[in-house]
Amino acid sequence: MEYIEIIVATIFVNNILLAQFLGNCPFLGTSKKMETALGMSMAVIFVLVMAGVMTWVIFEYLLEPYKLVYLRTIAFILVIASLVQFVEMFLKKSIPGLYAGLGIFLPLITTNCAVFGACVLNIDKELDFLPALVTSFGYAAGFGLALIIFAGLRERILLARVPKPLQDTSIALITAGVISLSFYAFRGMV
Amino acid sequence: MAKSIASEFTKGLWNEVPPFRLVLGLCPVLGVTTSMKNGIGMGLATTFVLLCSNVLVSLLRKVIPAKVRIACFIIIIATFVIVVEQMMAAFAYGLFLDLGVFIPLIVVNCIVLGRAEAFASKNGVFKSTADGLGIGLGFTWALGLLGAVRELIGTGSLKGDVFGMITWDFQNIFGAAFEPLGFAVQAPGAFVILGLLLCAMNLIPSK
Repeated sequence: MEYIEIIVATIFVNNILLAQFLGNCPFLGTSKKMETALGMSMAVIFVLVMAGVMTWVIFEYLLEPYKLVYLRTIAFILVIASLVQFVEMFLKKSIPGLYAGLGIFLPLITTNCAVFGACVLNIDKELDFLPALVTSFGYAAGFGLALIIFAGLRERILLARVPKPLQDTSIALITAGVISLSFYAFRGMV
Repeated sequence: MAKSIASEFTKGLWNEVPPFRLVLGLCPVLGVTTSMKNGIGMGLATTFVLLCSNVLVSLLRKVIPAKVRIACFIIIIATFVIVVEQMMAAFAYGLFLDLGVFIPLIVVNCIVLGRAEAFASKNGVFKSTADGLGIGLGFTWALGLLGAVRELIGTGSLKGDVFGMITWDFQNIFGAAFEPLGFAVQAPGAFVILGLLLCAMNLIPSK
């Protein structure tokens, strides 16, 4: 029950893109086509869960016991960067189908603040191992959900006649605001 | 020479000002701009990291092997982010708490890595300094402006300080009858107001 609550809270109530503002660059950058949005969402779910687990273990068993907490930022970014590299090599060798699907989105994830931010948030909230794992998954799924909704809307907007100064990024941001507003309805659920 | 350094500096303030002209680094832009004070504080922290990393990357640009350059840049940036984090925790604790997770997030801010990769790794140290300072201050005024608009609409007043040095306090700018629009300082308002500001910037032609 506790885990269902975490999942609902992280996907809908505290959606990482629309309520916490993490990972907005890929949100705007990869949402012009549904295909790229799907690829990015899958890659984020994959990496975020692994990164959440890895950084939690490193923080709990390496940084904290040896009083190296101030090195958190540099340690986490190194873990995420090498994890992404490792996942890329592993997929290329063993699951080429998935590798071709994720394609260029894997290396981009290193500088995706959703991944880094979710790891830092897990530590800041002092979660235990399993809740941290479920939270990471929830954040990633919420990222995917918001990105796919947004990509669908942007594909529709391409067909609409938008006034010139509002075109492209400007209208995209306002659309994101409307989606964010609709996610507001979930507030108070958890 | 002097002229080109000046132009590297001024391009960051207007022609290439992030996030309006270069749509990069949106997370802190949307996340911390609930008030002008937070926007400016975040902008200055980013400026410091950008300036230091630009200088160091440009000094080391002939030493760093091309294949591992991104990893090297990230380590350089992360080092300065830790410096900012520790300094803010020591000297500006209130702001440190307000900005929260967004301070360590400077490390994954695309602007910082983007300038290191696109500019500092190809140009000399003076030009890179000017570029870092220009882009950083451009980012600061953009964040300050967005923060000011959101704070004005959301609360009707402007109040704050920059590291205790400059303070401002304007209460009820629109008069006492003004009903604050809470929407502006909440999450959806951030997207909508940034979108409208971008639209306003598009109306002003860039040279």
